[in-house]
Amino acid sequence: MGSGGGRPGVPMRALQIRNLSKTYANGVQALKGIDLNVEEGEFCALLGPNGAGKTTAIGILTSLINKTGGSVEVFGHDIDTDLTMAKSCLGLVPQEINLNLFDKVLNIVVTQAGYYGIPRRIALERAERYLTQLQLWDRRESVARALSGGMKRRLMIARALIHEPRLLILDEPTAGVDIEIRRSMWVFLRRINAEGTTIILTTHYLEEAENLCRQVAIIDGGMIIENDRMSNVLRKLSVETFVLNLEHGVASLPEVPGYVVRSVDATTVEVDVDSQRGINDLFTVLTQHGIRVVSMRNKANRLEELFMRLVENKMVAAGGGA
Amino acid sequence: MGRPTRLRENAVALYTLVDKEYTRIVRIWIQTLVPPAITMTLYFVIFGSLIGRRIGQMDGFGYMQYIAPGLIMMSVITNAYGNVVSSFFGAKFARHIEEMLVSPMPASLVLLGHVSGGVIRGLLVGALVTLIALFFTDLRPVHPFVTVSVVFLTAVVFSLAGLINAVFARKFDDISIVPTFVLTPLTYLGGVFYSITLLPDFWQKVSLANPILYMVNAFRYGILGKSDITIGHAYGIIFVFVIGLYLFALILLRRGTGIRE
Repeated sequence: MGSGGGRPGVPMRALQIRNLSKTYANGVQALKGIDLNVEEGEFCALLGPNGAGKTTAIGILTSLINKTGGSVEVFGHDIDTDLTMAKSCLGLVPQEINLNLFDKVLNIVVTQAGYYGIPRRIALERAERYLTQLQLWDRRESVARALSGGMKRRLMIARALIHEPRLLILDEPTAGVDIEIRRSMWVFLRRINAEGTTIILTTHYLEEAENLCRQVAIIDGGMIIENDRMSNVLRKLSVETFVLNLEHGVASLPEVPGYVVRSVDATTVEVDVDSQRGINDLFTVLTQHGIRVVSMRNKANRLEELFMRLVENKMVAAGGGA
Repeated sequence: MGRPTRLRENAVALYTLVDKEYTRIVRIWIQTLVPPAITMTLYFVIFGSLIGRRIGQMDGFGYMQYIAPGLIMMSVITNAYGNVVSSFFGAKFARHIEEMLVSPMPASLVLLGHVSGGVIRGLLVGALVTLIALFFTDLRPVHPFVTVSVVFLTAVVFSLAGLINAVFARKFDDISIVPTFVLTPLTYLGGVFYSITLLPDFWQKVSLANPILYMVNAFRYGILGKSDITIGHAYGIIFVFVIGLYLFALILLRRGTGIRE
């Protein structure tokens, strides 16, 4: 399985969502008619606050949730008319751990391959490859409940890849995972994306999205409020805040035209910088005043800042915020 | 994708699910195979050997010999049902049922795979209880085809019923209510321990509303050649249940009742 529509070698649309809506039985409208396109080979971040509708959207794509309206096509296969083929193209790493905790690591991935119709011999070869790449091969005979949280998440990735899907959906795959493992997962995801797998990622670590993804869609209140290239989205951020660590404490900060400079403590200042202006002039003035900067960093993750602004703007527009 | 490829993939998927169910039954044999063997041994010792001697003949057979087919059937019914309800609900509760739901496996295969698991356990336990019964009495099927087909179809019926129970269950209590308050009383009143000819007319008629009566009697007919129910009538009832429950379970799985939002 795992094939899709389109001509061989010609990139096509991996995902096309049109006017997708979902109203739960309790009346909650989780999705209010969203549109989203993801091209083949893309690495797309689907971001949004808790309860925004991300997991509902993913649930509909993977047929774990029945939609109320709209259409979804996965590599040209409509989930209403060609669900089997659409499913063959999809791999899912869900947000919640959904492993059979009493089953062994190797069995879990080989069984999953079997559900996709992959013969056991091929499944075993692939299982060795993916479990090795995700540093789980040594634990193949362990039962899943004996694995750490990070290992369980990696096992879910191996399980989702065993049928070699063209579109991999990861719903917060690095939640609760330590930094070292998170970084190694980033390397792995970049590699499989470079090898041709289209990836959709939801995450609350916006640094992760900024590092990995080329497309970003922000969903809030069941609506897509931003959908663009990551570079375009970040360009919309007109002001960045930098934190400067000074070599020596200063009694009073100089006025720097075009910049807003605030003192945090004796040796730390924050500066708001217009992205059109650059920071050269700032350093010139500081140097003229004999102030030496020993290090500098972004106060906040850029995407995080933009994300907060978009969500806050929407709340203000809706009259729900200050 | 061609039809032969799809058929081959579906065959692999079904084999995978059946193998998983079989492995589960064998892996936890202390929970799946040993308890029914112990329970039925006690039934044979207490009802058959100790009390049975004082009861004497039932329908022309020694009491032990008379109740043996019913006890075998009782264990098949309980275990076929119990296997599917616990396996399916367990997968639903722990959410690893999603492994199947996201895959291209059609609902009919999910149903067939789980029912196969229930039938396998039902028949394994049935064979085990038959072996135990042979220590206490002589059992030589008079109608082997009827014996095998009835036990198989009954296992199918209760595997399907177990799956339907699991689909609707929301908590563990929900999977024990039906076996405790429906299945056990119906089995005890289903002619396992007595012939309904012993009952007054009114209760005989009430007993005819119990589907398990037909299965137990058809199985007893297969082994002893004696039944309170005509065999054609029994087959008719069993087939109605197989087809009805199969269609109902399939509709539930296709709609995603209890397993999809």
